[in-house]
Amino acid sequence: MSTRKILVVGNGMVGHHFVESLVGLNTADEITVIGEEPRPAYDRVHLSEIFSGREPADLALATRETYQSWGVKAHFGDPVQRIERTRREVVTQGGRRFAYDKLVLATGSFPFVPPVKGADDKRCLAYRTIDDLGHIKATAKDSEIGVVVGGGLLGLECANALRNLGLKTHVVEFAPGLMGVQLDEGGSKMLRRKIEALGVSVHTGKNTQQIVQDEATALRMDFADDSALGTDMIVFSAGIRPRDQLARESELAVGERGGIVVDYKCKTSDSDIFAIGECALFGGRIYGLVAPGYRMAEVVANQLAGQVDATFQGADMSTKLKLLGVDVGSIGDAHGRTEGSISYVFSDERAEVYKRIVTSGDGKTLLGAVLVGDCEDYDTLLQYFLNGIELPDEPESLIVPAAGDKPLLGAAALPMTATVCSCHNVTKGCVIEAIDGGCCSLGDVKSETKASTGCGGCAAMLKNVVETELSARGVVVDKSLCEHFPYTRQELFHLAQVGEVKTFQHMLNQHGKGRGCDICKPAVASIMASLWNDHVLELPHVGLQDTNDTFLANMQKDGTYSIVPRIAGGEITPEKLIVLGEVAKEYGLYTKITGGQRIDLFGARQNQLPDIWRKLVDAGFETGHAYGKSLRTVKSCVGSTWCRYGVQDSVGMAIRLENRYKGLRSPHKLKSAVSGCTRECAEAQSKDFGVIATENGWNLYLCGNGGMKPRHADLFATDLDDDTLIKYIDRFLMFYVRTADRLQRTSVWMDNLEGGLDYLREVIIDDSLGICAELEQQMAAVVGTYQCEWTTTINDPEKLKRFRQFVNCDDEDSGVVFVQERGQIRPARAEEKIRLVASSK
Amino acid sequence: MTGVKGMEAVKQDEWQVVCTRDDLVANSGVCALVAGEQVAIYYLPDTDRQVYALGNRDPIGKANVMSRGIVGDLGGKLVVASPLYKQHFELETGACLEEEGVFLPRFDAQLDGELVHIKVAG
Repeated sequence: MSTRKILVVGNGMVGHHFVESLVGLNTADEITVIGEEPRPAYDRVHLSEIFSGREPADLALATRETYQSWGVKAHFGDPVQRIERTRREVVTQGGRRFAYDKLVLATGSFPFVPPVKGADDKRCLAYRTIDDLGHIKATAKDSEIGVVVGGGLLGLECANALRNLGLKTHVVEFAPGLMGVQLDEGGSKMLRRKIEALGVSVHTGKNTQQIVQDEATALRMDFADDSALGTDMIVFSAGIRPRDQLARESELAVGERGGIVVDYKCKTSDSDIFAIGECALFGGRIYGLVAPGYRMAEVVANQLAGQVDATFQGADMSTKLKLLGVDVGSIGDAHGRTEGSISYVFSDERAEVYKRIVTSGDGKTLLGAVLVGDCEDYDTLLQYFLNGIELPDEPESLIVPAAGDKPLLGAAALPMTATVCSCHNVTKGCVIEAIDGGCCSLGDVKSETKASTGCGGCAAMLKNVVETELSARGVVVDKSLCEHFPYTRQELFHLAQVGEVKTFQHMLNQHGKGRGCDICKPAVASIMASLWNDHVLELPHVGLQDTNDTFLANMQKDGTYSIVPRIAGGEITPEKLIVLGEVAKEYGLYTKITGGQRIDLFGARQNQLPDIWRKLVDAGFETGHAYGKSLRTVKSCVGSTWCRYGVQDSVGMAIRLENRYKGLRSPHKLKSAVSGCTRECAEAQSKDFGVIATENGWNLYLCGNGGMKPRHADLFATDLDDDTLIKYIDRFLMFYVRTADRLQRTSVWMDNLEGGLDYLREVIIDDSLGICAELEQQMAAVVGTYQCEWTTTINDPEKLKRFRQFVNCDDEDSGVVFVQERGQIRPARAEEKIRLVASSK
Repeated sequence: MTGVKGMEAVKQDEWQVVCTRDDLVANSGVCALVAGEQVAIYYLPDTDRQVYALGNRDPIGKANVMSRGIVGDLGGKLVVASPLYKQHFELETGACLEEEGVFLPRFDAQLDGELVHIKVAG
């Protein structure tokens, strides 16, 4: 039997999700994808973020390599022109033919442009694809005023985009209110009020008659009520229409108002052809949200994998989002159209908050809700709605700002079927399954289930479920650092700062019990260092450090140490290079180049360390802090100084950054890199903070990681000048130092940060917590009190005492035995040691 | 250096002066070579016994590093954590908390004025 051929037409979010789902089911089919756009699938939901600095590549859901690695054949930029059902083939515009056994149509939708005279002007645009955004951006360059036609969800998204491009922005809506589908009249009015306060003009009940060329502005819109509006460009975002052309021409059943008719298996009128997403008409309805599209994709994938009972049952269209910075939520029957329903409405015009819940006549079941200006109650209300949980006796208590005791719907009260994340269809049951499978933290659950990695709206709910579940099992959701301190690292940091606690003993007396241990001692020592920056070998701190910090070197498996002098930015003079070689030769050390552009010298005994460092310090070297939870290196490529492609001096910036942050003690090690151009030779996107040069300055990436669990850094800000770059990094690092858990890298810290990247931007760029001045001050103090720990140590006999191998003689550790390999030393293996010791007797 | 040197002709089961209090580091460890044996000596000034002595060789990591571990308490027992793989050993008995049946050799130790005495068993 030959391999079954699955052909997918369309590579939008839903088409991609289908492929991903099917690949995940290992069906051994031959899968082919044909996409119209020149690029693989991307995240359309967050399209407008391109205007606030996100790169198109960051929105990508897949790359050509992704498909290649899945064994999926993907063709882009040559759209399908027709389906030949009798031959079971499709033909592209370019004339290529593809055979199929099963065909999946995921052609999506196109923006509806009302049939208005003049709407074909070149300054009238649509808002749907990355290419559309390019046109909008280009047209905005010589525009001052922009109009968005359409006051729905996408229209307002688009208005935000125009506003970000610096245009005086108008929204023109045919209906009497904004977001008429999701909001009732009261909610709609409150939304309008808030949006107008942001400087966006809203015109509702406007029927555009014609668009004409004008003198003062490029265009003029004439409305049916004889009013007019001048503008330089118009973007249509007045709803979507299913792209059903292929189906129509091949005589599949389509709806009266468009859409490929599908049944509950997402099958079209031809049983070998499926349709999913916004091109499909299910139960007389087009589902214009991504979550239902994903469900359809999974239903079809499951059927093709043999699960015949997989069906699509319609989907909940509840939604929560931020439009122009305004929180808006809509659940179920937002308009109270259900017969016999009753409503509770709360409106606060001063705070500009509007909330409404619609319940059954007996007040026991939630039927719908509208939230504008404050979505805090959304998650709770959605759970009541989706799971039919009985409402409290006074349902209004759910939306009225509480005087303290708002009835909380705890995660424990949710049924197993409760959907926590609707983007990825993760139920409470899935979360529990993940925890059963070994996930022990929010971050673990997120990467296992993908929950909260779509729109992120369910972050708070997910956290609640995970923590409740973990604590129910007695897992250590107890966030105590250890048995000696009933606090998190973050809390201890705060206590130390506020109480000016400067020693471990003081900390223990005030906030802990017992004597401490190998968990809390180094953690508190690190906090002390971040706050007060004393030398780590000062007497009160000396017994607190891990051996690496005590001996200012890295212990290796045989008890000897390795030495890594700082080579800022990876730049080193021939003279210094020679010194390293000479020292290594003199002490017989094994030398190796590290991944961070430095040189590691291995095999030093603890009693040799001070002598070796005396020589290194004399030659101008400083400690590299390879032993500390602190800044390691700032890697760099050679940059504009030498490179033909470089646009900024990346080496100079790397050295500046490394010298600024060297010695900063943090919850975990910190790595950084600076690339001199977009080719990114320094691999900055895998670092805790990475910097990539642009024509206009620097792009800053945060919270990347290589290692066991790689994470690409997030683009945080673009085109920064030198000083702003350093200011942001100062704030970022100190905020991390203050708030992270012990041994939590920035990547995990970010994954656990409620509000994620946006929140971090608010804190660091907008100073939403009002702490930026303090963070900068704190960093300035650390930078100002920097000392090379080795320089200080070799000049202090008291500190040197610790480096003696034995306190009572000058013998050396006989357990340290080396053998030669490839011209250098290495530790002897156990059997080699036995042989060597025996032969020496 | 204040270490007491010249420890030769050691008799078995005998208390020996190994070093002085000044050689110790409070709430931490140092290492001494006693009758060819590496002994880790921990100094906890606010406990009754004040000094504790265990073998310096980590039986799990198989290197002579125990004097360089962090000292503390767990569940009321005084412990030292191996700097290699972080297992904890009781200062009083040498027993490993994480792996049953694994012990560090222990030595009697006492502080007599400024002098540190260790008894090496035969």
